[in-house]
Amino acid sequence: MSTKYTKDHEWIDIDGDVGTVGITDHAQEQLGELVYVEVPEVGANLEQGDEACVVESVKAASEVYAPCSGEIVEVNEDLADAPTTVNEHAEGDGWLFKIKISDMSELDEFMDEAAYKEFLKELDE
Amino acid sequence: MGQDTDQQLKTVPLADFHRRKGAKMVPFAGYEMPVQYTAGIIDEHKHTREKAGLFDVSHMGQAWLHGADAAKAIEKLIPGDVQALKPGTGRYSMITNDTGGIVDDLIVTNWGDKLFIVVNASRKHIDLPMIAEAASGIAELEIVEDRALIALQGPKASEVLSGMAPDVATMAFMSAAWAEIGGVSCHVTRSGYTGEDGYEISIPVGDVEAITEALCGHSAVMPIGLGARDTLRLEAGLCLYGNDLDEDTSPIEAGLAWTISKRRREAGDFPGAKRILSELADGPKRKRVGIRPEGRAPARDGTAIHLPGGDAIGTITSGGFGPSVGAPIAMGYVETASAAADTRLELAVRKNMVPASIVKMPFQPHRYFKG
Repeated sequence: MSTKYTKDHEWIDIDGDVGTVGITDHAQEQLGELVYVEVPEVGANLEQGDEACVVESVKAASEVYAPCSGEIVEVNEDLADAPTTVNEHAEGDGWLFKIKISDMSELDEFMDEAAYKEFLKELDE
Repeated sequence: MGQDTDQQLKTVPLADFHRRKGAKMVPFAGYEMPVQYTAGIIDEHKHTREKAGLFDVSHMGQAWLHGADAAKAIEKLIPGDVQALKPGTGRYSMITNDTGGIVDDLIVTNWGDKLFIVVNASRKHIDLPMIAEAASGIAELEIVEDRALIALQGPKASEVLSGMAPDVATMAFMSAAWAEIGGVSCHVTRSGYTGEDGYEISIPVGDVEAITEALCGHSAVMPIGLGARDTLRLEAGLCLYGNDLDEDTSPIEAGLAWTISKRRREAGDFPGAKRILSELADGPKRKRVGIRPEGRAPARDGTAIHLPGGDAIGTITSGGFGPSVGAPIAMGYVETASAAADTRLELAVRKNMVPASIVKMPFQPHRYFKG
């Protein structure tokens, strides 16, 4: 199992051909306290870059995109009543959905943890 | 909530203060303003409802209109009754255009031989020249550039401010006074835009940081950004110019008929009187209403409002999450035939139709100090 990061500030934990997807701690910090999370439907087939989720803070709604193509196999139902779990544990209990990855090569461009930390540093400059 | 521009952003006198307090600064109405501090919008909102919040509203336009007939001069532009205002009291009104739409909403305070006027930041470049022109030959407009404006809002506001200026404790809602705060003469009104008791304080630019620091030194006071200012005013059912009011929307559609006195209605001597009086007599085509979406999904401004399974009957103009309500809240305009409280609605939020109901506003009861 390995964790990869995207430039859209999502993380994906890869276990076989299933990826667990969430937003990074940096992303939740930027958004502020969430008041609503809209997860995709189980069974939905998404292309890489399709809108998968909507996370809403007090101020605004933001889209979360599918980091890779595939079928949604599970969603985090607990977020319906506890959207702030994403703020508290963005890279753990605050996961958004699990996707059955249809093309593993789409993951090649993603960053590992060290590269993502470097990417965040560059954003700060 | 504001328009970003390519122009150089202006800074407010408290810019350094905001940065020291960890503010996230954003462009708003041509100014760099704090949208939130480290506490975050929800905590800042709740703190204001429970204790006292300090807001920098120095981007707003402040002006004096000098002259014994200043009230008559401003009444050429607004349907509010300024001549009936006792000296030392203020009133909420709006500048109307010839077609009965709203150019801006504003607060006018009568000081006998002059008026104190506060207008929106995003509209002051339009309002102030209009006022100067309308008053030409009657009264003289003095734009206040050397004073900042802060608001102290919440149930502890009176206790905190009267610790520095004892006389403000007994001021009634919408009254005004000059008060010595830390040895500095400040213009104080008992007003605000949160639904809570509180004050707006006009302070010389050179003194505002020291006074603001002194107020924030009180354990009940926390600085509050524009993000919470927006959620507080929405819960209080108060309009935001550019969202809920604009040049096509009349005061009657907006539910602001209460701001137009009998004398002004009978005289009909304000811009847009034809439409405004006819809407007062026969009712407007659409009305501003409060809306409670079911569930947790906020319905933002621009969301289409439908009758269940039916046609669109209006649009949400302000919507989000009410931290004190603990649920999504919104206001918008709907056809008058469907504007009654408890009317069932559906809101087109992305691909979903979210059930909702029309409710009476405010969403949180006002707690003004009536004296």
